[in-house]
Amino acid sequence: MSTGATTATPAAAEKARKGTSDRSRAENRLGLKLVAPAVILMLLVTAYPMLRALYLSLFKYRLSAPDDREFVGLNNYVTVLTDSLWWGDVFNTVVIMVITVAFELVIGFAFAMVMHRVVFARGIIRTSILIPYGIITVVSAFAWQFAFSLNNGFVNGWLPFIGEDFNWFGDKWPAMIAIMVSEIWKTTPFMSLLLLAGLAQVSEDTIEAAKVDGATWWQRLWKVILPNMKAAIMVAVLFRALDAFRIFDNIFVMTRGAQDTESVSFLTYRQIIEQFELGMGSALSVLLFLSVLLIAYLLVKLFKVDLASARGER
Amino acid sequence: MAATIDRAARARRRRRGLAAGAAVLALSSVLTACSESSAKPVLTWYINPDPDPPPDFEGAFGLDGIAERCSTDEYDIVTEQLPTSANEQRIQLMRRLAANDSSIDLMSIDPVYTAEFSEAGYLAEFSEADQEEIAGNKLQGALESATWNDRLVAAPQWANTQLLWYRKSVAEKAGLNLDEPVTWDQLIKAAEETETRVSVQGNKYEGYVVLLNALIQGAGGEIVSGLGRGEEMTVEVDSDAGKKAAEIIEQLAGSSAKDPDLPVSNEGTAEANFAGDNGGFMLNWTYIFLGHNEALEGDLGWARYPQTVEGEPSKPPTGGINIGIGAFSDHEKEAIEAAKCITSTDNQVTYATETGGMPTAEDAYDAEKLRELYPPELLALFQESIDEGGPRPVTPYWATIVNAMLGKWHPQDSVTENTAEQSAEFLQNVLNGDSLV
Repeated sequence: MSTGATTATPAAAEKARKGTSDRSRAENRLGLKLVAPAVILMLLVTAYPMLRALYLSLFKYRLSAPDDREFVGLNNYVTVLTDSLWWGDVFNTVVIMVITVAFELVIGFAFAMVMHRVVFARGIIRTSILIPYGIITVVSAFAWQFAFSLNNGFVNGWLPFIGEDFNWFGDKWPAMIAIMVSEIWKTTPFMSLLLLAGLAQVSEDTIEAAKVDGATWWQRLWKVILPNMKAAIMVAVLFRALDAFRIFDNIFVMTRGAQDTESVSFLTYRQIIEQFELGMGSALSVLLFLSVLLIAYLLVKLFKVDLASARGER
Repeated sequence: MAATIDRAARARRRRRGLAAGAAVLALSSVLTACSESSAKPVLTWYINPDPDPPPDFEGAFGLDGIAERCSTDEYDIVTEQLPTSANEQRIQLMRRLAANDSSIDLMSIDPVYTAEFSEAGYLAEFSEADQEEIAGNKLQGALESATWNDRLVAAPQWANTQLLWYRKSVAEKAGLNLDEPVTWDQLIKAAEETETRVSVQGNKYEGYVVLLNALIQGAGGEIVSGLGRGEEMTVEVDSDAGKKAAEIIEQLAGSSAKDPDLPVSNEGTAEANFAGDNGGFMLNWTYIFLGHNEALEGDLGWARYPQTVEGEPSKPPTGGINIGIGAFSDHEKEAIEAAKCITSTDNQVTYATETGGMPTAEDAYDAEKLRELYPPELLALFQESIDEGGPRPVTPYWATIVNAMLGKWHPQDSVTENTAEQSAEFLQNVLNGDSLV
C-alpha cells in the first residue's frame, strides 16, 4: 500500500508542476483539504506509536522496574545487531518468507487459473478454494499442530516414509516444515485471489492472437499471460512477502519459538510482552519496520514495475 | 470480568430503559453511580484456573467456593480467571498493574514472581500486625517465597511440591527399593531395564527450569546467588553442581527412558505418559494423588524427589500460590481482610480436599478431612518436601533467568558437559544487557 502511495507521489508532483491553470491549482488545494482529516488521523494512530517506539528504543526500560529507566543512546541497537540470536531469527524469518511465498505463488497461480477457467460449479469451486483464508490463523495453526502432533496427530500415519513416533516439533527443520505447511495452507487462497484479479485483466484477444499465431499453451503462459499480469504478481508477492516476514501466530501456537524456530516478530514479542523490556523491544520493532521497508523496496526494484503506470495514471 | 460487566451492563440498560430523553438518561446514570458507591464494595480476585470439579460436586468449587465463603456483609468477592500458564498469569497481571488497574483487589501470584511484583511496587503493603497474623501458622518454606526485602508481601495460600510418583509394579520388577532415597541415575537405569519411562517436564518453559533448579540445588549448587544485588547477582551455574545437572539431562536425553515428546512435555503430558502403557516413573506435583490413585488401583507409589548426587538430600521443587493485594485497589483494607480469610486454615483444608493444592498452614495437616483423603505418610512427605525443598531464587529477574537458561539447556539432546559453562556466560551477558534472550 505505502509503496503505491510513494511511487504515485512523484507523478502527482510532476503534474502539479506542469499544470499552469488556476483551475487545476484550485483543484489541488481542494484535494489537499479533503485528504487532510484522513492524513491527520493516520498520523495520530500510526506516526505517534512509531515515533514513541523510536524514542523508547533509546532507553533501558523495564515495565517491572519503571523507576529505573535509563537513557542508553543507540546501545540497544548495537546489542541487537551484534547478537547471534537476532541474526539467527532473521535467517529463520527469511527462510520462511522465501519458501512459503514461492510455494504460495505456484499453487496460488494454479488455483487462480482454475477459478478463472472453470465453467461448471464456479461458485462452489471458488468458495472452497477461499475457505482456508476465512479461517483465523490461530485456529488453523492449532489445527495443524494437532495434525502434526505426536500424540493425536494423523500426519505420521498418513506419510509412509515417516515413523509412527516421529516428533515433528522435536527438531528445528521438521518444526519449520510444519509451520510453513500451516502458513502456506492458510494464505495461498489470498495469493490466488490477487492473481485472479490480474488474470482477469489479461485481454482474451491477445491470448487468441497468440493462439492463432501457433503459440503452444506453455508459450502463451510465459510470453503473453505472465508478462501482462506482472503488476498483479508483484502486488501479490509484495503483500505476502511482507506478511510472511512478520509471521507470528503460527510460531506462537505451534512451537512458541522452541527448537530455534523463532521469527523476528516473535523475538520482539518476547522482549516486550514476556520480558517487559520496552527499550530493547522497541529497538527490535524499529529494526523490524526497517526490514519490511527494505524488502518492499527490493521487491519493487526487482520487478521493475511502475505502479502508477500499471494503474494507467501515466 | 466479562460476567460482572455483563450483569452490571444489563442492570444499567434496564434502568436506562425507563428514561425516555437524553436528559433523563444522563440523570439516571448519575443516580446509578451514586447508588453503586454506597452499595457494599465488590472485591475482584484474579485467580489461577482450578481443575474441573468432579461430576457429582454441588455448589461452588475450589477458589470460587472460597470467594463465596469469604464474602461478608462488608464486601463481596468475585473471581476472574487468569490464563493457565504461570508466565501468562504474570504477564497479564503485570501489564494491568503497570497501567495502574484499580480493578485488581486480590490476585493469585506464583511465588516465583512475588518478588518481581513487590519490587515494582505493585503489591499493597501489609502492616506489621497483619504480617504477624498471616505468618502465624504458616510453613517456613511457604513464608520464604512470600517475603521480599524482609517483609511479608503476600499471603501464602497453598503450597505445592514435586514428588517421585511411580508404579509399584514397575519398581518391583526393576528391583528398586523406594523406601530408601534413590538417585536420578538409578531411576533412569530402572526405567531402561523395565522398558518404561521417566516422565518429566521438558518443554521450553518455566517448568523445565524448575527441574534444572532442583537438579542443581540437589548437588549443593545454585543457578544464581547474591540476589539482594539485583542485576549484579552472581551467576553460579558453572559449577560442579551445574555440570552434574547437565550430566543427568544428557543421560536422560540419550536414554530409552525419556518420553518421546520430552522437548515439548509438560505436567499434563507427563501425567498422560505416566498413565499410559509405558508409564513407570514421573516427577510431578501433589495433585497427582487425587487424579490417579483410584485409577491405578493401588499401583501408585510415591517417594521423595530423587537425589542428584548419592547421599546428598534432594531438593524437591516447591511452588504454590500467594495472595497479593493490588497496589491500586480502592478497597485495600477490605482486601487484606479477605486475604486473611482466603488463607485461613479451614479454607486451606477444604481447598486441599477439593483440588489437591496442599496447605501452607501447619495445623491444616492435622485436619480430619485431609487425613481421611490422604494416607498419613503421604501428608508427612508433602510437608517434609515443602519444608526442605528448594525454592526457586526469589528475585525480580527470575523470568530473565528462565529465558537465558532455556536458551542453552533446551532441547535436552543439545545438553553436553559444556552446557553449564556456556549457560553461565550467556546468563551473565544477559544480565549485563549485552545479549538478547
